[in-house]
Amino acid sequence: MKEKFTKTMARNIFLGGSLFFILLFLALTVGTVRALPQRDHRENITPIVALGKRVWEDNNCIGCHTLLGEGAYFAPELGNVYTRRGGANGGKEFIKGWIQSMPSGVTGRRQMPNFKLSEQELDAVAEFLKWTSEINSAKWPPNIEG
Amino acid sequence: MVYQSQAVAKPYFIAALGLFAGQIVFGLIMGLQYVIGDFLFPYIPFNVARMVHTNLLIVWLLFGFMGATYYLVPEESETELYSPRLALILFWTFLVAGTLTILGYLMVPYAALAKLTGNDLLPTMGREFLEQPTLTKAGIVVVCLGFLFNIGMTLLKGRKTAISLILLGGLTGLALLFLFSFYNPTNLVLDKFFWWWVVHLWVEGVWELILGAILAFLLIKITGVDREVIEKWLYIIIAMTLITGIVGTGHHYFWIGTPEFWQWWGSIFSALEPVPFFMMVVFAFNMVNRRRRNHPNKAATLWALGTAVMAFLGAGVWGFMHTLSPVNYYTHGTQITAAHGHLSFFGAYVMIVLAMISYAMPLLRGHGATSGERSQRLEMLSFWLMTISMIAITLFLTGAGILQVFLQRMASAPMPFMDTQSQIALFYWLREGAGVFFLVGLVLYLASFFADRERVAAPV
Repeated sequence: MKEKFTKTMARNIFLGGSLFFILLFLALTVGTVRALPQRDHRENITPIVALGKRVWEDNNCIGCHTLLGEGAYFAPELGNVYTRRGGANGGKEFIKGWIQSMPSGVTGRRQMPNFKLSEQELDAVAEFLKWTSEINSAKWPPNIEG
Repeated sequence: MVYQSQAVAKPYFIAALGLFAGQIVFGLIMGLQYVIGDFLFPYIPFNVARMVHTNLLIVWLLFGFMGATYYLVPEESETELYSPRLALILFWTFLVAGTLTILGYLMVPYAALAKLTGNDLLPTMGREFLEQPTLTKAGIVVVCLGFLFNIGMTLLKGRKTAISLILLGGLTGLALLFLFSFYNPTNLVLDKFFWWWVVHLWVEGVWELILGAILAFLLIKITGVDREVIEKWLYIIIAMTLITGIVGTGHHYFWIGTPEFWQWWGSIFSALEPVPFFMMVVFAFNMVNRRRRNHPNKAATLWALGTAVMAFLGAGVWGFMHTLSPVNYYTHGTQITAAHGHLSFFGAYVMIVLAMISYAMPLLRGHGATSGERSQRLEMLSFWLMTISMIAITLFLTGAGILQVFLQRMASAPMPFMDTQSQIALFYWLREGAGVFFLVGLVLYLASFFADRERVAAPV
């Protein structure tokens, strides 16, 4: 680099640039937090949906599945599993039945543990996944297969 | 080694390498589970293996960063460490807490671990990379605070160089941003939004300051180029890192319920994220070409140059590949993400820690600049084996990802997830094979510490 360009100038670019973009990021964050109520339909987070998120977390579901594309890539996307498996016509029942019937025990096939969930916990996970499927995710995933 | 207290770095480096070996073993288990689905089921379900794999990575890199800091700061500050004893107490605290957590993952079902550790009181578990029990998270905060105190006090009483200040800045940011791991709202969208403040702002933000500072330190030592020149470069590189990387967080805000304006901000800024990595490559090669001495530790030089190149490829090129929102719409959450994750973590963070270990260990062990010819040769062989294997892993996962995107997301009759996975099994087998070579490379790296110990005098 040219001699006229000193270390102090470089440091000032670092400090000024970082500060500016931190502030910009915070402004965008405020904008996001303000816009979210129109997109996340938080009014539908009932106690059962909240319990469902806890069950989801306490069993580390994200360790195999993705949810809205984030998580592990070992097992199917679950952000839209409610709609994929029938929606209002049996989506919740399918999810509950599937979780209960695991593991499949098929030799060589990927296995999901049986988490021994109570009836209430099963309901809660299903409600949580239904709620998740109704988040405005900018038309992602591209198709029903997730 | 110039200061006695730098010796505390040694246990940190040894622990880091031990945990690294564990990480790779679990990586191989997971890789096999991708093709033999019921391998080790029900003893080690995939989610457990993955949690161990990723958590070990984070923990050993933290051990590496801390060890590197304990080695670097006394030399930069030209003074002994404020409290070597505190550094050792924190070492054992962190190691015991980390080991107990990993054992917890392996020995009890995750839900039982959550119950056992009182996750109900402050639920923070069950989120990717932040699976640690709340108690462990609190422990990490305590260790970080003690560590920052120790380093801060050392800096206060000694010389304050740009390198050590930037390193301390990065480490402070690491600790502060980790506090967001305690925020876990019921609203999934908010949860995801702030989860990235830990994950993205760590690896594409403050960790790069740590990477830059360690690399700059190594380049000064290895090349003998004037500090003014190196620190000027360092400032410009990290300026570009934060200018692009902070708003670049937006590339995670395309499809998780956040507003659509992020598709613009995220695409534009993250498309610029390769710039600082490219500058790092130019910087590293420039300094080595302008070297004023020929440092005998060729292996450390190789790792230092390697980290710049591989970080550029992994974080820069493989990141750019799927960062524009119209592309990411199809690639989001596929093996493309996994490919990028592997090469970027290896290139940017694994390699810089190994570079530091390679440089510092011979000095810490009293061998001089290197631990002898045989050890150097083994290490350089391990460099090529690990690096080429990781490139192979990345290419195979990229192949798997491209097919997955086509079959499952783009084809006129999209295929279900599990059917797609069977179609791309060949790539998973190839990845597993490359993983075995990676393990061989790691074993050679570890073996280099037991190779002959003829002494080579350090240049002054």
